[in-house]
Amino acid sequence: MSADVTATPHAADGPADAAVRSMPDLDTVERAAQAPDTAQPFAELGLKDDEYASIKDILGRRPTTAELAMYSVMWSEHCSYKSSKVHLRRFGDLPKSDALLVGMGENAGVVDVGEGYAVTFKVESHNHPSYIEPYQGAATGVGGIVRDILTMGARPIAVMDSLRFGAADAPDTARVLPGVVAGVGGYGNCLGLPNIGGELLFDATYAGNPLVNALCVGVMRHEDLQLAKAEGTGNKVVLFGARTGGDGIGGVSVLASETFDAEGPAKRPAVQVGDPFTEKLLIEACLEVFAAGLVTGIQDLGGAGISCATSELAAAGSGGMRIDLDAVPLRDSTLTPAEILMSESQERMCAVVEPDKVEAFLAVCAKWDVLATVIGEVTDGDRLTIDWHGERIVDVPPRTVALEGPRYDRPMTRPADLDALQADAPPSSSADLRADWLALVSSPDGADKSWVTEQYDRYVRGNTVLAQPEDAGVLRVDESSNLGIALALDGNARFSRLDPYTGAQLNLAEAYRNVAVSGAVPLAVTNCLNFGSPENPEVMWQFAEAVRGLADGCRELGLPVTGGNVSLYNQTGDVAINPTPVIGVLGVHADVRRRVPTGWRAAGETVLLLGETRAEFGGSAWASVVHGHLGGLPPRLDLAAERTLAQLLTRFATEGLVSSAHDLADGGLAQAVTESALRYGTGATLRVEGDPTAALFAESGARVVVTTADPAAVRAAAADAGVPVTELGTTGGDALVVEGLLELPLAELRTAWTGTLPALFGSPELVVSAVPAGTVPTS
Amino acid sequence: MRIGVITFPGSLDDVDAARAVRLAGGEPVSLWHGDHDLKDVDAVVLPGGFSYGDYLRAGAIAARSPLMADVVAAAGTGLPVLGICNGFQVLCEAGLLPGALTRNSHLHFRNRDQGLRVERADTAWTSSFTQGQEIVVPVKNGEGRYVAADADLDRLEGEGRVVVRYVGGNPNGSSRDIAGVTSADGRVVGLMPHPEHAVEDLTGPSTDGLGFFTSVLTSLVGAA
Repeated sequence: MSADVTATPHAADGPADAAVRSMPDLDTVERAAQAPDTAQPFAELGLKDDEYASIKDILGRRPTTAELAMYSVMWSEHCSYKSSKVHLRRFGDLPKSDALLVGMGENAGVVDVGEGYAVTFKVESHNHPSYIEPYQGAATGVGGIVRDILTMGARPIAVMDSLRFGAADAPDTARVLPGVVAGVGGYGNCLGLPNIGGELLFDATYAGNPLVNALCVGVMRHEDLQLAKAEGTGNKVVLFGARTGGDGIGGVSVLASETFDAEGPAKRPAVQVGDPFTEKLLIEACLEVFAAGLVTGIQDLGGAGISCATSELAAAGSGGMRIDLDAVPLRDSTLTPAEILMSESQERMCAVVEPDKVEAFLAVCAKWDVLATVIGEVTDGDRLTIDWHGERIVDVPPRTVALEGPRYDRPMTRPADLDALQADAPPSSSADLRADWLALVSSPDGADKSWVTEQYDRYVRGNTVLAQPEDAGVLRVDESSNLGIALALDGNARFSRLDPYTGAQLNLAEAYRNVAVSGAVPLAVTNCLNFGSPENPEVMWQFAEAVRGLADGCRELGLPVTGGNVSLYNQTGDVAINPTPVIGVLGVHADVRRRVPTGWRAAGETVLLLGETRAEFGGSAWASVVHGHLGGLPPRLDLAAERTLAQLLTRFATEGLVSSAHDLADGGLAQAVTESALRYGTGATLRVEGDPTAALFAESGARVVVTTADPAAVRAAAADAGVPVTELGTTGGDALVVEGLLELPLAELRTAWTGTLPALFGSPELVVSAVPAGTVPTS
Repeated sequence: MRIGVITFPGSLDDVDAARAVRLAGGEPVSLWHGDHDLKDVDAVVLPGGFSYGDYLRAGAIAARSPLMADVVAAAGTGLPVLGICNGFQVLCEAGLLPGALTRNSHLHFRNRDQGLRVERADTAWTSSFTQGQEIVVPVKNGEGRYVAADADLDRLEGEGRVVVRYVGGNPNGSSRDIAGVTSADGRVVGLMPHPEHAVEDLTGPSTDGLGFFTSVLTSLVGAA
């Protein structure tokens, strides 16, 4: 069949033409009132029967098509936290912290770090999109969290990523992982944000459901804080950044709030496409309009797009809002009003601007080549109204969209298999310590992560003091005072599978310890809670236990939870992921020049172990890698010991008593000393007492290995604090020797440690230099 | 000495370049891509980043920005110009330096601490080094593979216009391990590695990068 060349090409129609053509079908508020019984596809949009009924109750009529679109995305699990809210209240019940300037509920929490600086940080998931389209899913995950930080008024200064994939050798992991890593790098690198650390772990439960959790941290002066609020009748609502397209429609309601099943339709169009260049311009334009005092309220457009930004801004303010939807600049003129409201096109922001400042605001945007359009204004009513070519298509109380969504106290049951799992004690004796050591450090979880981190820029902005593979990322905040911050992300899911209450606290303890190891004082907590379907009572129990554990842990450590993110429905079919609460801890360095690295540089220093080792193998990397075993109980939690140890580590840093410090976690002492030795190629001769399997591989908490040129001072300080100290040996040589047990040449260890990821995911070989020195003529 | 640092839309290492100028003892001056105004600076740095998102070709759109016309004209009369990473790409696209930077041979973005050998210690930007000196400076790029026709490469080598070369492994597959080249008069230098990220012990793998910035300050004093 030949094309009809005489027909007017559709693309040549202006938006007005397209709209007029579709007007007879336009579902207006008036029409919704007149035709109350029109069948609506609420179930396809992810709403349950009773949720649809309560929308009708709120409006006193059926919703229009556009209103239905708004409610469906805003009442999705992703946006409304409807299954998790009743549990998350525990974080709000924590004692007030003087350091917390803005707490939960805003785009990100804000913490006072001293000298007039405030830091905002948050971690967010982009799991489902990253499975469907790894590169764009991961890239837009970074883009979204960066906009959250920007919205608070801060300049974003770094990112981190916490990643989980299925078995490392599974074919689908080879599809997903390289794309995710390239996406995290591609977006963050192009934005000019250093990536200062994170995690990369593998487990079969993540097959078909990888986790991509991205953290962003930003810094501002206290007075620069911005709020997501529409105030002041007559103030203009300005949409700025990218044009609105058809990408990401229903991303939050379809992708992030339902379980995938193999027979479902392809959901690729629900994944957004990122443009980091536009986001970079958006950052600079935003910071410039903030600095010039041109903004009274600001909100980013992420999940649920314009629906979310307008309803949240209006709900947080004291009045209403009127929007002319046809003013929204479009990439695709055929989009319907409902699609425009639901679109999750990236790199967009929405600001509330006083009328006499609009011109200056638009001028800044023009300077940065950022498209900016007035799309509406703040009104004195209490309604959010949206018009499309003069017809009213939305008329709702904004709080019912943004804040008063459904809440479920879902049924919970302790998993039926948990007693058997906890009773299944792990092995406790190694048949071959040397072979087990090599197996651990060459396992995908234990192996060198340079394959990933070399794809990330860690230098840009020139303030990166420590980055991966250090225990914590450390950034300088002020060049004259050397004030700085430290950040760590940890999420051991094996511990949480065995006991989610203790597991969440162990993750908190590890991130807390990692920040302290660098010499920083831990200050605040964020989290990203990745779980299976909340409709499964066993998963809901895991979630509630993890939240209870994290809240109790924060109370004991005296840390506020500044915000967080919940990602549910992480399962394929009936198989849920291991519960994965990823915990981020922020710390403060009074002087970043005092930071403590993990690597051993000098020979002849004393190696000391701080803390107590017990024969704890439940959920350990050793049990998993060597025996394929997951069972028993996780290590004993001792937050008082963690707190004492952290204070001691801060003292070490302040007084310059240690030359390195490395946290003991997955893989125990063996993994830690391997990493410290290989960092700069300095070996050690060590002695261990008691059961060698426990000494080398147990994962007891509250332990750190330090090296020092002044062991007497370290012992004295530890004795003051009541922290047990064991002398392990002395640095030096080109092997790790454990006297009487084993000897591992560093070359052999390095081969084992560095070979794994390149063998799995392809090796970007270095080309060996072919041009010898001195062969080039000089003028 | 006033050293201009140009900001293009998508420039990222402009703050780093300004810091490096300051630590070397110069006065950094911000220049805006859209202005025809070099603000009477004594030298210009084109910083790293992703100008215009690397769309079309890396550096291609920035090379056609208003200020670049002024840079090209001033370079013709001897203004020292340093292009770092994306800045190097811009200089090649603007015709101030020969060759082109293409996608890394392994197709990955790569960031590592890179060994370099200084092959020319007599350009405006490398006179603080000694001939053959080996230094460590971070490299980070996705499109850093230097290519040119064999005959052109032979000519560049013959004229001594390779300024720095990768040692200890070539991170991106660049022809003949070339990390940076210079103009015939030794006043314009472009290199993929980032000397502005190696200016402080606290944040860099070395302070070797400072030499590029002290070089230009010294050569300007010598010329004054």
